[in-house]
Amino acid sequence: MNKAAPLLSLSGLEPLWVTPQTNFINIGERTNVTGSRKFLRLVKEDRFEEAVEVAREQVEGGAQILDVNMDEGLLDSAACMRRFLNLIAAEPDIARIPVMIDSSKWEVIVEGLQCIQGKGVVNSISLKGGEQEFLEQAKTIRRYGAAVVVMAFDETGQADNYTRRIEICERAYRLLTEKAGFDPRDIIFDPNIFPVATGMEEHRLNALDFFQATRWIRTHLPGAHVSGGVSNVSFSFRGNPVVREAMHSAFLYHGIREGMDMGIVNPSMLGVYDDIPSDLLERVEDVLLNRNDEATERLIEFAEGLKGQSGTTFKKDESWRQMPVRERIEHALVKGIAEHIETDIAEIFADIGSPLKVIEGPLMDGMNVVGDLFGSGKMFLPQVVKSARVMKKAVGWLTPHLEAAAEGERQKAGKILLATVKGDVHDIGKNIVGVVLGCNDYDVIDLGVMVPKEKILDAAVEHNVDVVGLSGLITPSLDEMVDVAKEMKSRGMTIPLLIGGATTSRVHTAVKIAPERQAPVVHVNDASRAVPVVGQLMGKESKEPYVANILADQSKVRENYARDRQRKTLLPLQDARRKADVISAQRTFDSNCCPAPNKPGIHVMANLSIAELREVIDWSPFFRSWGLHGKYPELLDDHIIGEEAKKLKVDANAMLDQMEAENALQCQAVFGVFPASRIGDDVSLETGHTLHFLRQQSPHGQSSLADFIAPASTPGLKRDHIGAFCVTAGHGLDEWCKPFKADDDDYSEILAKALADRLAEAAAEWLHREVRMNHWGYAPNEKLQNGDLIAEKYRGIRPAPGYPACPDHQEKQTLWELLDVEKHIGVTLTESLAMWPAASVSGYYFAHPDASYFGLGKILPDQLSDYASRRGQNETDTARWLSPVLLDQPDNSHTNDSK
Amino acid sequence: MRASITSAAKDRILVLDGAMGTMIQRHSLQESDFRGERFLDHSHPLKGNNDLLALTRPDVLRDIHDAYFEAGADIAETNTFSSTTIAQADYGLESAVEDLNFASARIARESADHWTALNPEKPRFVAGSVGPTNRTASISPDVNDPGYRAVTFQELVTAYTQQMVALIQGGVDALLIETVFDTLNAKAALFAAEEAFDITGQPVPIMVSGTITDASGRTLSGQTAEAFWVSMSHAPLFSIGLNCALGATQLIPHLEALSNVSNCGISAHPNAGLPNEMGEYDQGPEDMAKQLQPFLDKGLVNVLGGCCGTTPDHIRAIANLVQGQAPRRFQAKGSPAVTPSSPNSSAS
Repeated sequence: MNKAAPLLSLSGLEPLWVTPQTNFINIGERTNVTGSRKFLRLVKEDRFEEAVEVAREQVEGGAQILDVNMDEGLLDSAACMRRFLNLIAAEPDIARIPVMIDSSKWEVIVEGLQCIQGKGVVNSISLKGGEQEFLEQAKTIRRYGAAVVVMAFDETGQADNYTRRIEICERAYRLLTEKAGFDPRDIIFDPNIFPVATGMEEHRLNALDFFQATRWIRTHLPGAHVSGGVSNVSFSFRGNPVVREAMHSAFLYHGIREGMDMGIVNPSMLGVYDDIPSDLLERVEDVLLNRNDEATERLIEFAEGLKGQSGTTFKKDESWRQMPVRERIEHALVKGIAEHIETDIAEIFADIGSPLKVIEGPLMDGMNVVGDLFGSGKMFLPQVVKSARVMKKAVGWLTPHLEAAAEGERQKAGKILLATVKGDVHDIGKNIVGVVLGCNDYDVIDLGVMVPKEKILDAAVEHNVDVVGLSGLITPSLDEMVDVAKEMKSRGMTIPLLIGGATTSRVHTAVKIAPERQAPVVHVNDASRAVPVVGQLMGKESKEPYVANILADQSKVRENYARDRQRKTLLPLQDARRKADVISAQRTFDSNCCPAPNKPGIHVMANLSIAELREVIDWSPFFRSWGLHGKYPELLDDHIIGEEAKKLKVDANAMLDQMEAENALQCQAVFGVFPASRIGDDVSLETGHTLHFLRQQSPHGQSSLADFIAPASTPGLKRDHIGAFCVTAGHGLDEWCKPFKADDDDYSEILAKALADRLAEAAAEWLHREVRMNHWGYAPNEKLQNGDLIAEKYRGIRPAPGYPACPDHQEKQTLWELLDVEKHIGVTLTESLAMWPAASVSGYYFAHPDASYFGLGKILPDQLSDYASRRGQNETDTARWLSPVLLDQPDNSHTNDSK
Repeated sequence: MRASITSAAKDRILVLDGAMGTMIQRHSLQESDFRGERFLDHSHPLKGNNDLLALTRPDVLRDIHDAYFEAGADIAETNTFSSTTIAQADYGLESAVEDLNFASARIARESADHWTALNPEKPRFVAGSVGPTNRTASISPDVNDPGYRAVTFQELVTAYTQQMVALIQGGVDALLIETVFDTLNAKAALFAAEEAFDITGQPVPIMVSGTITDASGRTLSGQTAEAFWVSMSHAPLFSIGLNCALGATQLIPHLEALSNVSNCGISAHPNAGLPNEMGEYDQGPEDMAKQLQPFLDKGLVNVLGGCCGTTPDHIRAIANLVQGQAPRRFQAKGSPAVTPSSPNSSAS
């Protein structure tokens, strides 16, 4: 490391490095049944939750190591040690620091060592039981990976003077480093801090001997540390906090100067050395350093005057208690502080009144903050679990009110079934989700691991659960989850399905799992999200918008995914053309396939007969525009919509009769068939006009409409042709609708417009037949019924610019020039290239027997740029018109309504 | 006498093999492959219990080891990630655990020896894979009792000792305690390793590899990389490192943290990137090698390999990458000299 090399390394969730710059390591001592009557009482009365709070206070008060001692005759010390260490392991703000396992019983020490994931300290072992026992214990401690406190104690007893202290410590040091394989930096000597000023002559040197032994150890036993229980020194001043604090501070001041680098200290019994009044300090130091014979007497005398005064007790930071109640609740959830949560919940409950709203409001808001912090790496899992437990406590307080609200029939927030899918044995994440949900008042049924789908769904039915949650870590589990979703659908189950686990993802859930059923499938990306997700799925008011949101999101995810996939699979334009060329090379272009027209040139029909056109109306789209879906004429007999459809048909016929009688709409057409040849993806007309087409770039198809026109200089063919047309049924419509408008007769107005649209389509269909049979004349004997026309069972196509095969609306401008549409039939193009009147249809005619409709699909930037240059247009403008077919085009202002 | 993995590591960066599961999936094995004859009538479904293939389809494992060695791996991991009584309990196969470990070690050993014989200049090694089990010793799975534990330290020690003894008897050159998500589980494994060394009388180098799952840069049980090292540092480790969960790039800062504080070798076997939306690892060999380049530029590693989604092609790319590159110096920067008990402290 870049800092100085550590003299000692310990760890909880975080490392504790003792370096030469570390002044002193402060060991918290209140979680010690021999030293704290309060802690003893809490443990004895099985009030472990409060006992854990004692530990938290120690950490908040600045303890860097937490001493835990359960040595009390009436306690099962080993069990208490295990229980307490396991409990504080679930408290990240406590588990942050290393633990000191403090016991005089070896089995308690071992019990403790088996519970801590960090590197802790054993307190303590000694030579009391002889060298063999000492070495065995030391080796075991090393194997568990802990540092060790060695008491200055041997077979003959406790070291009570300077010489004995250094003799025992040196002996222990040699044994540990030479025979037990101990790193000397992991050795901490406790050379015994005994009381001073007891009035007994032999205690006068207690502090001084300790200081001197400390200096000797730090000088002669390299690497080893010195620690001690500081409060012992002031034992004879119990009940006099002012004096005790001064003695502790002064003792530490001198001890640290001599090399004492850690100690067990109650921070609430420790003042600042410089703040000790000089008269008190002088008397205290006289005693500690044995500076004169009257030292004890003088301190006792002085102390009498200070009895009853309170010391400078440490206060933990409670400033957050000043915040508004909602913020306090959030703070408690984020920090995992259970202490005041019930008070705060009571307060907000009094304000809000509904227990459910407290849960769904402030509590859920807090958990969302937790989820955000976890997602961004600012919290880690054990902290999230801790937050969930605070939530549990809050919900626990609300439970009686929830019961009262439900008139005694208390129900849990909901029942959740969890399982790891078949073939997968990973369940740690699932267990954590279970804990978090359980803490939030959900009834959790956990089926365990490797659960077949039948068993999952049977159990879901049997327990009548509200939500099913699936977990899995390995890749094959993803398929298994898809199967569960399918099975749920086939069983008609509509309860939400949650998906979680390391390899699961929002995208996989949206693309592969959600489409398998109609009910919601939600990906829960981490345990912290489980509660808000389930909460919203279960909430009466929240469910609908939440599910709608999820569905919208998933459909967007699917679109993006499909787009990304396409991006990966789309062919470069060059490749698409090369593939298409292979097909074109096999296509026949002769005078049969590429017939010359009977009547070349431009033709205009100024007054098509409504009577004739209405015979070829395709009625299905008409009904569809009224929301009556189905195929005409069968839908007239539909038992649900049939009556409505019949009525509509009667009205439509009546209006058509009237239109026909009054010749209300002037149906007109302009069209022509022109010599043309293909040049690449363009079609060049002998009139000098060029039509530009686009080409599919899918691996499954590379068609372009241009492919249906013969290239120039095709052997055996003089020349090919392409047709163009525009029809309208919209002239006169506005006039016709005027009386309806005046009467506010929306129905008639809409009916008239819908009929005009149908007549325009019918005109296009009628005209196409006319052209095939007469003007172009390549199918003079065509005999098709209306149904066959609608089903396009004829040779040739009439695709329209703006529709799937040729989505660029701009090409209409060329048609308009070519046919002089505006002059001939009065149809104009608006700024956005829509036709006016709206009841108009325009397009191309292709006569080749192979010609067929197709959808272009998406195109790559290479074609955009190629197409723009063919059009002689800058790419940005082209992109605006082609946005619906571009892969990444956020601007969809020119949406393409498909045919 | 076999070459020693620790001395080989002084000369070069050792290449660890790639994913086992990914390779096994390529074989599209069926339930019957997993069952073989021995477990024909076994009560539990066994498809997906990859470790079992050591007994029922040893040929598949041998092929995979051979493919990795052929690609240039120095170390093969045994197919024993879940071969403990604790992890096999879900399949009702606790009684097969010793056989699984021994057989897997033998298969890898034979493959390694075969490749060593072909090119004695490049001795090949076998690391016994020791997984985390599917239980956590320091996290409670019980809603109502944060003090509850689904597995105890002693249970883990017992299971791990049994596994490690069989691996050592099967001939592994090292033990690789990997994918550590709960440090207490790993501490039990280290404890067990010493027990296993006592039982077999054959101590082997120990490699430890943790896994960082959170965006916060911590293990599942909440430790930072540095705290993880401190918790492991009492054992005489050959290497410590990180694997799984992240791709190479994401691993760097945590690996640097480990490298700065530890006094043993550093290993890394990241996944082939992060799984894509369909749960597949699609980072190609070249991409992965490119991402690993900074590991070498920074002098971060002594052992480099692949975890989930990596294939012999990835390992080949890694082997080419480390060719001729100096391994990281074993001593941590500024690590003090007072370490009489640490056998690796003078290894640089």
